[in-house]
Amino acid sequence: MKEVVKFGRPSGFFEKFERRPGPIKTNMHYCPGCGHGVLHKLIAEAIGDMGLKDKAVLVCPVGCSVFAYYYFDCHSIECAHGRAPAVATAISRTDPENVVIGYQGDGDLASIGFNQILQAANRGENMCVFFVNNAIYGMTGGQMAPTSLPGQKTQTSPCGRDVAETGYPIKVAEMIAQFEAPVYVERCALSRVPNIMAARRAVRKAIQNTVDKKGFSFVELLSGCPVNLKMKAHEMNEFLNEKMTKFFPLGVYKDVSAEREAIVRHTPIFEPDQVRELLFPEETKRAVDDNFRYTAKVFDEERRVKISGFGGQGVLSLGYLLATMGKLRNFNVSWLPSYGPEMRGGTANCSIVFSHTHVGSPQADHNCSMLICMNQPSVDKFLGQLGENGVLLYDASTIRQPEVSPDKTVYGLAASDLANTLGDQRVANSVMLGGIARLMQDCFLEGKESEDFDLAVEEAMNEHFAGKPQKVIDLNMKAYRLGKESVSIRFGARVK
Amino acid sequence: MGKTKKILLKGNEAVVYGALLAGCECYFGYPITPASEIAHASARMFPKLGRVFIQAECEIASINMVYGAAAAGRRAMTASSGLGISLKQEGVSYIAGAELPAVIVDVMRGGPGLGNIAPEQADYNQIVKGGGHGGYRCIVLSPGSVQEMCDLTMLAFDLADEYRTPVYVLADGMIGQMMEKLELPEPRGRRASQDWSLNRVNKTHNCVSSIYMDANDLEAVNKRLNAKYAVIREKEQRAEEYRMDDAEYVYVAYGISSRMCRSAVDELRSEGCKVGLIRPQTLFPFPENALRKALSNGAKKFFSVEMSNGQMIDDVKLSIECAKPVYLINRMGGNVLSVEEIVTRTKEMLGGDCK
Repeated sequence: MKEVVKFGRPSGFFEKFERRPGPIKTNMHYCPGCGHGVLHKLIAEAIGDMGLKDKAVLVCPVGCSVFAYYYFDCHSIECAHGRAPAVATAISRTDPENVVIGYQGDGDLASIGFNQILQAANRGENMCVFFVNNAIYGMTGGQMAPTSLPGQKTQTSPCGRDVAETGYPIKVAEMIAQFEAPVYVERCALSRVPNIMAARRAVRKAIQNTVDKKGFSFVELLSGCPVNLKMKAHEMNEFLNEKMTKFFPLGVYKDVSAEREAIVRHTPIFEPDQVRELLFPEETKRAVDDNFRYTAKVFDEERRVKISGFGGQGVLSLGYLLATMGKLRNFNVSWLPSYGPEMRGGTANCSIVFSHTHVGSPQADHNCSMLICMNQPSVDKFLGQLGENGVLLYDASTIRQPEVSPDKTVYGLAASDLANTLGDQRVANSVMLGGIARLMQDCFLEGKESEDFDLAVEEAMNEHFAGKPQKVIDLNMKAYRLGKESVSIRFGARVK
Repeated sequence: MGKTKKILLKGNEAVVYGALLAGCECYFGYPITPASEIAHASARMFPKLGRVFIQAECEIASINMVYGAAAAGRRAMTASSGLGISLKQEGVSYIAGAELPAVIVDVMRGGPGLGNIAPEQADYNQIVKGGGHGGYRCIVLSPGSVQEMCDLTMLAFDLADEYRTPVYVLADGMIGQMMEKLELPEPRGRRASQDWSLNRVNKTHNCVSSIYMDANDLEAVNKRLNAKYAVIREKEQRAEEYRMDDAEYVYVAYGISSRMCRSAVDELRSEGCKVGLIRPQTLFPFPENALRKALSNGAKKFFSVEMSNGQMIDDVKLSIECAKPVYLINRMGGNVLSVEEIVTRTKEMLGGDCK
């Protein structure tokens, strides 16, 4: 004769269920014969016995167990239908010392929230999930669940579940056991006493794995719902033991908890000095201080520059270099790329706006001061946006000399050909930057500012190519100087 | 050489700097154009500071991760574009209902449906008027520059904490994609633990929930929320005014549209037309006070300038109680308003008045 062991009231429950509305503060809201009450006891007992009342966070679902937080004397959170694993993920990740316990029913877990449970399992989140499978929707009143058995009559399968129409019951424990990451997967049943004792061991093992930071543990529990399955108590047990277990065999599907190391997460850094050190950029060596201003009148108002060409010609980088120069010389500056499929489709353009005061529209869509074109379609498309007295710079290797109104100024430079002579087509944009320097110095800048332009280019290159080998910077500077010397076409209003 | 505060950043990247400087502990997100750079920069930089970055399996998971982290007392954020935000709305309603602080960034693109990836401002109603189920509002901040993408993200975390409510940073594809020079603010330390949170240091065992089965209980919660929104309306209106002193005609525009308007104001002023700009930095609360002040200062006509089908215009009309004509200047479908177009259409609408 085996010794009878009596377990007391689980210490993981509140003394009184004060959170439960209404006059009844000592009983649970579950129907007679329901498995939730049994499982609640097993979990509460483990939480109490293992001393986890301050560390455990119970993540509650939508379904009959939506009110689980009435009962458990630990932190708890109520989640949107199916999303408990996502909520649990965040609670676990943001404080690895939390012992996160997920609790879900079959509609919640295996239907509306199926992606969340599979993904959390696959990521191997440090949590344990208890999955109550009673083959029916309880709270909403007896509809078909993803785990309803073939032929099972429910409110939404009144003639019995037709597998040809609605598929087969989903075997969740088997699925999760297929993933690499989970450490422990078992299916138990909350039917007769030996099964409940096995469930008790499984609950404790899963929670212990979470305490030990082993990763994802999952226990599926076949459970009764006599009210919605319209069964008497003995029929219910028979259904669980004979029918459900046939489709959902009990047992351990995976257990690698012994060989898994504890998960180690990083400690977040908040100390301001450390944050500044890790986040703020290194200052580039600058020849000027924060009070430096180009005095050229041209910058009294917003100056819009558009650069356009084929993707891969370095159009966006050239714009970025100009914007960096602007930043280093204390301009307010904006850089706006064309983005998305347009970029992937082969053409690219960007707008850069400089100002000593405020930059309004960041788009160079009309009144461009400077248009830089690296292919023929760019000239065809954007020449009309060049404003009064505007300056055009184009790659004379591939573009026909354009006709412009007399107020405009035109510079041509065989940038692509020159880049080829340097052995690298990719530096055509730096050759064009040389052309920009030439036209800036010709048309707008004087004296010290004119000399400073070369320095600003060098500083911007150093910043842009920071971390790249010195030879990259050298090649680009060489291309820049070559471009500056090689402007072959100059005509129009501003050419002195 | 030391460290510098000056940096050239994309708007989307500036959001991440702002979040980290504000002490945001975790980022949860799903890729979507034109907001993806927020996820990219977060993936690079959150782990660098030992903070949490998770690429969630979907938008729904990411907002529910924010819900979980916020409940655990952590500064948390997510970001997406309109389609993704639509998916997140249920979760935002839960966050509002449970009165948790959280920051959500919407970098708007063209809609409805799959739309396109060009900038639009047509999520206005979805974000400003609630969006999900139930009677809640979110604070909505609308950055008009890359600097503000950083600054307003920081402010978003503070307001979220102060009012225990979700706060949106509502940007558009263009502000997100463009680069500007900005000055990085000083970093903040970690926010103190909250006594309502699911934090181990709290000896009371808290429950985070938005379920109230008793109608009277839930009505009381709704009343409390609405009282909070009334305080927010009173205290948190923010707007920038440009050349409004003697303005007879007033542009109201936020985000990228406000930038075009600012240039349009300069252009029309140079022709002698007394135009000014009110740029809402908060869309909820809508800066009614700034509009009413303009009205009492003699403004004759208002223009709602937006990249959407006339959504903000309702709030402009409500603010001035339709006391003066309000016109719509807009583009849709990812077309960006140009300065030229704003100027031309203003002149058309004003006729001979614009001198």
